[in-house]
Amino acid sequence: MLRIECPCCGPRDHDEFRYGGDASVTRPAYDDPDFEAWYRYVFVRENPAGLHREYWQHVVGCRQWLVVERDTRSHTIASIRFARETRA
Amino acid sequence: MHGYSAFSILRNGLTGQRHWRRAWRSPDPKSAYDVVIVGGGGHGLATAFYLAENHGVRNVAVLEKGYIGGGNVGRNTTIVRSNYRLDGNTQFYEFSMKLWEGLSRALNFNVMFSQRGFLLIANSPGELDTFGYRANVMKLNGIDAELLDREEVRRMVPYLNFSEKALYPVHGALLQGRAGTARHDAVAWGYARAADAYGVDIIQGCEVTGFVRQGERIVGVETTRGRIGAGKVGLAVAGHTSVLAQKAGLELPIESHILQAFVTEPIKPLVHHVVAYGADHFYVSQSDKGGLVFGGGLDGYNSYAQRGNLGVVREVAEASIAMMPCISRLRILRHWGGVMDMTPDGSPIICPTPIDGLYLNGGWCYGGFKATPASGWCFAHMLAKGEVHPLTAAYRLDRFRTGRTIDEAGAGPFTWLQ
Repeated sequence: MLRIECPCCGPRDHDEFRYGGDASVTRPAYDDPDFEAWYRYVFVRENPAGLHREYWQHVVGCRQWLVVERDTRSHTIASIRFARETRA
Repeated sequence: MHGYSAFSILRNGLTGQRHWRRAWRSPDPKSAYDVVIVGGGGHGLATAFYLAENHGVRNVAVLEKGYIGGGNVGRNTTIVRSNYRLDGNTQFYEFSMKLWEGLSRALNFNVMFSQRGFLLIANSPGELDTFGYRANVMKLNGIDAELLDREEVRRMVPYLNFSEKALYPVHGALLQGRAGTARHDAVAWGYARAADAYGVDIIQGCEVTGFVRQGERIVGVETTRGRIGAGKVGLAVAGHTSVLAQKAGLELPIESHILQAFVTEPIKPLVHHVVAYGADHFYVSQSDKGGLVFGGGLDGYNSYAQRGNLGVVREVAEASIAMMPCISRLRILRHWGGVMDMTPDGSPIICPTPIDGLYLNGGWCYGGFKATPASGWCFAHMLAKGEVHPLTAAYRLDRFRTGRTIDEAGAGPFTWLQ
């Protein structure tokens, strides 16, 4: 069981959260005609054995989307931030 | 090869079991091979066997970082079936089923293939309709399929929850009578032994750390046991495809996820078929030792940990007793996890890569074990002849660019929902 330290609600079990996948991919602009950019956004994933930036939503808590940095080999969590704060 | 037979069992029995020979050698790696297969799981070993058996390519090495049978080939729930709906899958998995039916004889190794029947329970009238559609697809492809109503299901598997108040009511089922289970370790050992007998070098404890290039072409691999040259390199590394592909500079539409499996304490014969239902993901069979072997869904987040989380243990246990209340007091003896290559459409990739000399067999999601013979057969064809086998023509890497995905679950491009 992962324990995710929600910045709003404190430490919670991961099954209070919904997984949202790789947070390192960037969605192209709606009017971006570049096929390759869309292909990479939808399908291609780095899938690292190591630190992975990923989205989690605290669905049964504050409903905030978080970006969690987690090691996929040990599940050690390195950092947790609100997703809205990580937007460029 | 020293053959296994009733006579050899008798002779060795009478001489105190002291004269059995090792099933395969443990050679040191040579400096180069015609084909190097990375990954000594079921698929890699089957590929090596069919390279030798079908194509006469015997100068082959299989490199395994751990030991034979220690990866996903020894971690699955041993189910073999070919009840797929979508073109590409239907024909490929049925070809695999046909190979399963002759596998023990082909390998001279009893893989304990048991065609006990696979029952997929429908929990709503709508689901039963889709099973009717699937049964028709199967029959049109020459595959046995039978649609059962509620009473027929009750006669076959009376221990399911047929109560009016059941959380998952039984409306019928899709039965494939030829489907069943096989002893998964025996599949690994049988292929290893049969490939070794053709002169294939199986090298355990040998991890690939990089690729050797000559210009654009890959001409070998760097390993923990030195550099090994290769005419062609085939990747068959289950959950670690992304890791190996990155070393070659290849980006893939794959994510690694954990799938857990469970076995209970042994009980007297109860479950005579493989029974599954999809309303909550659950599938169960009974092993020859009497333990119920079952599994459910993925842990739900990227992982290379080879162990699972307890939340899923609870979910799968709930799913099991919702369908089979009679097992509620059974104890789970063991549970374990395997790393799955999950693709965005839930279907595998068997394909040459854009890199010269490198061929890919991966992305097996949940479907790897049952595919083992056909996967090896078709991958060997590709490695020997340099062309795609017609049965795997749909499993191209570029299908995600061209929109020809094979999304059996209809889940969209999310690997953890497949």
